Amino acid sequence: MRDNRDNVVIICSIENFDPMGVHTGDSITVAPAQTLTDKEYQVLRDASIAVIREIGVDTGGSNIQFAVNPDDGRVIVIEMNPRVSRSSALASKATGFPIAKIAAKLAVGLTLDEIPNDITKETPASFEPTIDYVVVKYPRFAFEKFPEADSTLTTQMKSVGEAMSIGRTFKESLQKSLRSLEIDSYGFEPVEATLTEIRDKIKIPGWDRIWYLAQAIRLGESIEELHALTNIDPWFLFNMKQIIDMEETIKTSPRGTGVTPPAPEILMQAKEYGFSDRRIAQLTGTRESDVRGMRRSMGLRASYKMVDTCAAEFRAYTPYLYSTYEKPFYRAEMQKSGSAEEKDFRSSGLPVFRPAAECEANPTDRKKVVILGSGPNRIGQGIEFDYCCVHAVFALRELGYETIMVNCNPETVSTDYDTADRLYFEPLTLEDVLSIIEIEKPIGVIVQFGGQTPLKLAVPLEKEGVPILGTSPDSIDRAEDRRRFKEILHKLDLRQPHSGTALSVDEALAEARAIGYPVMVRPSYVLGGRAMEIVYDEQSIRNYMRRAVKASPEHPVLIDKYLEDAIEVDVDAISDGKRVVIGGIMEHIEEAGIHSGDSACSLPPYSLSGDMIARICDQTRALAQELNVVGLMNIQFAVKDNTLFILEVNPRASRTIPYVSKSIGVPLAKMAAQVMVGKTLEELGLTTEIRVPHFTVKEAVFPFDRFAGVDTLLGPEMKSTGEVMGIDEDFGRAYAKSQSSAKNPMPLKGTVFISVKDKDKPALPALAETLLSLGFSIIATRGTAFFLNQLGLKADTVNKVTEGRPHCVDLIKNRDIDFVINTVTGAKAQQDSFSIREAALQYNVPYTTTIAGARAAIKAIEVTAKKKINIKSIQEYHRARLEKPAP
Amino acid sequence: MNRNEAKALLVLADGTVFEGRGFGARGETVGEVVFNTSMTGYQEILTDASYKGQIVVMTYTQIGNYGVNPGDIESCAPSVEGFVAKEFFDYPSNWRSQGGLGSYLKENGKTGIDGIDTRALTRHLRDRGVQMGIISTEDLNPGSLLEKVRKHPGISALDLVSEVTTKEPYAWSEPLWRHGDRPSSSHVPRPNRDAIKVVVFDYGVKMNILRHLDAAGFAVTVVPATTPPEEALKQADAIVLSNGPGDPRSVPYAIDSVKYLLGKKPILGICLGHQILGLGLGGSTYKLKFGHHGGNHPVMDLAAKKVEITSQNHNYCVDIRSLGNQVEMTHQNLYDGTEEGMAHRELPVISYQHHPEAGPGPNDSGHIFSRFRDMIERA
Repeated sequence: MRDNRDNVVIICSIENFDPMGVHTGDSITVAPAQTLTDKEYQVLRDASIAVIREIGVDTGGSNIQFAVNPDDGRVIVIEMNPRVSRSSALASKATGFPIAKIAAKLAVGLTLDEIPNDITKETPASFEPTIDYVVVKYPRFAFEKFPEADSTLTTQMKSVGEAMSIGRTFKESLQKSLRSLEIDSYGFEPVEATLTEIRDKIKIPGWDRIWYLAQAIRLGESIEELHALTNIDPWFLFNMKQIIDMEETIKTSPRGTGVTPPAPEILMQAKEYGFSDRRIAQLTGTRESDVRGMRRSMGLRASYKMVDTCAAEFRAYTPYLYSTYEKPFYRAEMQKSGSAEEKDFRSSGLPVFRPAAECEANPTDRKKVVILGSGPNRIGQGIEFDYCCVHAVFALRELGYETIMVNCNPETVSTDYDTADRLYFEPLTLEDVLSIIEIEKPIGVIVQFGGQTPLKLAVPLEKEGVPILGTSPDSIDRAEDRRRFKEILHKLDLRQPHSGTALSVDEALAEARAIGYPVMVRPSYVLGGRAMEIVYDEQSIRNYMRRAVKASPEHPVLIDKYLEDAIEVDVDAISDGKRVVIGGIMEHIEEAGIHSGDSACSLPPYSLSGDMIARICDQTRALAQELNVVGLMNIQFAVKDNTLFILEVNPRASRTIPYVSKSIGVPLAKMAAQVMVGKTLEELGLTTEIRVPHFTVKEAVFPFDRFAGVDTLLGPEMKSTGEVMGIDEDFGRAYAKSQSSAKNPMPLKGTVFISVKDKDKPALPALAETLLSLGFSIIATRGTAFFLNQLGLKADTVNKVTEGRPHCVDLIKNRDIDFVINTVTGAKAQQDSFSIREAALQYNVPYTTTIAGARAAIKAIEVTAKKKINIKSIQEYHRARLEKPAP
Repeated sequence: MNRNEAKALLVLADGTVFEGRGFGARGETVGEVVFNTSMTGYQEILTDASYKGQIVVMTYTQIGNYGVNPGDIESCAPSVEGFVAKEFFDYPSNWRSQGGLGSYLKENGKTGIDGIDTRALTRHLRDRGVQMGIISTEDLNPGSLLEKVRKHPGISALDLVSEVTTKEPYAWSEPLWRHGDRPSSSHVPRPNRDAIKVVVFDYGVKMNILRHLDAAGFAVTVVPATTPPEEALKQADAIVLSNGPGDPRSVPYAIDSVKYLLGKKPILGICLGHQILGLGLGGSTYKLKFGHHGGNHPVMDLAAKKVEITSQNHNYCVDIRSLGNQVEMTHQNLYDGTEEGMAHRELPVISYQHHPEAGPGPNDSGHIFSRFRDMIERA
């Protein structure tokens, strides 16, 4: 950080676990730097300051990346970012020094010495944080979503999120980081591979390399050999070896008869090393609850320490906490009364030494609520859920509750030390959450806002006697459990596409036959449609079961009838247990079958009839009441041939809550939190649906450009990593705005390339006519062009890629095409047309891969061509809503 | 892991007992327990003679990571009485390393303890103030150790300087470490007839002060603390009063020397040298509750209105008000407002409480050595 008086301070040094060549966003990183002498560290510090001054960052934060040759210390500057960066968020959370906040103050002319350090209060921000713990950041990847992508880690960043963990030592922090990732890992579980296989595997950096490294150590590979294969610093490897050695100690430690966890002193040491109860249970053939019971009986509990920027040199006032395990120390107490220090030791008799473990949590006796966050960002569970958690914090604070946040994602607002009253930077596992609850004793825990992560903990937490606020875990289970959910629908006489579950290939085949193809298959209990597929035949079912069952053995595979060409509708509603208010009804642009997270959608619906909307509202209310929803609920419907089907119900905050709240100008997450602690919707002033006189369109944003070789076709597997919203009085313009924001701007003139599947051809003439009337020219492949020409619509012909050059991809590369409409079905056709979509992506040509998307796009082009887009603030839209509500 | 896994105890004079593992040499050692918040530079800290009489607790948890090397010493051997950390790591990884910390401590007869809650210990010292402590790998009875540490007279009254000062004068010519230097690289002294001759009174001088003086173009001679000032003057264009351990009031001979030297030659004081100068000018000093030990304290250069991040290691402070109008406060600690530097209003005398030589710590104040040179050239 530099201020306008040229004061410069270094906030944090971070060392990468993976050597140069892996993007720092994809590398495991460790703060502070571990393997540099002070002299070397000061070289980097001085160089950083020199770079900042030379580049001329007058005020604010910068990030400078160095490469150090571990053989001779030679230093190379890789890059500098004269701005806050991804790593500045990490550095802020790692040290407690809020870089962006201070940068803003510096930008308006304050100097570092004029800004107080929030955490210590009495000292200024013109200092360098010093830490007394070790921070590990582990990136979160989504390769399972992009099986065609090369998962080798390179200089192109491929991760979609990250988890950060804090422990007193690298070993503890590293093991905490593994369970923070929420990939069902609780430590270094063994990997089934031979040493030869592992050697080949670890030479190439991949997201899961560390488990293979652990396995290699387990199989006796030397640190020297592993270093030679990977160039990972021996210091890191040796720490891993200590963890693996400890595994052996845990396994072989003397124990009582029967199945019991290891001896107390071994358990203590294991916890200091960061072992989870679950991993210890695995190693000792016991259950997690046995280990927890053993710990409780011996009084071995997590103690909490503060992130205070100063290694305890000053008193800290912000409860920003992390867990650790420390051996107790002892205090001498004299038998007689009086101050021990003042008395002569001999004359006062022998002291008694009493254990005095230290914990800095110092819980208050206020009425408090714990809010569980959403963990690392991933596809399907991103910052939308952090938005909800933060709103819950604000809402409960307004009502006078103490708010306690638990999360491990450094990229979030929820993990700012000044968002909630107390912050526990911890993994979201049962063990870590229970430890906090034991200390804090809240009136309840909110699991509704953090997506699937905390929802999964609802039942186990309740079993441990933890009160869950809002919708009961039993209701959550009724909505999540297929069989129980079917009973509800039956009771309410609501329709669902035919569905079944299967545990084996034979079961799956039988179910699919009974339901009728095409069917949608997926594992249960997942967000973001992981491993979800539409299958048309038995062979595909067999292939799917082989992969899916391997992916998640504990849960059955769900099989649903796939409703072709249905309109999908998302509804978010809020209920106080008595009254249900619909927050918003969103009509998807793309047809059902495209994951709702990847589909664009419009609020309010742009094509549904009033009657259909009324039915949607009725069914939503009925479901909310039946499930006794207290808080938020999301329902996905499909409309096919004027029949309404329920696809799924999520009794929690959904991904669309921020979008709906911004569309209708009402903070739904905030109100839901207040409802969950007993407020009624009437008290909150929300008794009827909000009708808006404008349209908002949400569009998904995709990371396709990161993954060479990945097709941009949309499907039931969610692939988007973000979203944008467009708002306007007119649907077409709102859509146009959403496309521009998603970096897929609609052209107003030029040439449109069209290649569609046969099923989409009937929709084509109307679209082509509009395009031609707007002055576009159309180029199409032979079949499509012939089809249009027959109807008297002018379309030029271009070769398919397989028909010889020049072909349609050449035209895209020559920038002769301004918009691509390409829909396909079937694997063969997908393969043939892949190069079209790849070229469109590569050459930044706007494109759509669905006929519904094309229809919306052309509507958008039509209205934008007629009237220029004006600027209007969102506040003005909401004011207009209040002044002149929609009919 | 070739670690000495022996059990060890650390007992504070107030009866607080920490149980951990022994590290380095086996044995028993008593000292004043202070904490240091530097995240790097443990070898410099171990060999800083200012820590004579003290047991140092590192607040950073992973110590030993990069081993030890001959280029990172501040005196010939470790001066600390004992060393405390959350986790000592004896598998060093650094190109400069020539050995592990454990064997280094062992060879030098120093006892360490790890595996204890150093943050709890630090908070305890912060709240209760520094106090005496004892580390033992031999006697594991806390009651008996408590008795031993309470019997110890403490270090305030001791002349620790006499234990660490050089026996004989010597000339210094090793340069500053530059990136790319191999630890073994030999330095060929440069004959420089124009160099300003500076005599350094060694109260426990850190080698980095000498290296900085060399870099600033001085011909450096180091003399014992008890060297008669008139003798020192014979060979000096300027005088440096070095850092060192303990209470400045326990070295009256040094204070007397300073009184003699004042007004005769330009003087630079650093740390203990700064405090001795304060006393020599007729002022007084006081003891801080738990001292300043670390590498991140902001110090304001009051004239330039600029903040320097500084290396700190002191338990005593000059009471600037006791010096009246003779001096001007030039530097101030932004953490607690204590005085960090002063300049005499009439004489060419400047001095600093913090450590411009770094080693370990940031180099922000390194320009002070050329400032000293400029002052001499003007005088």
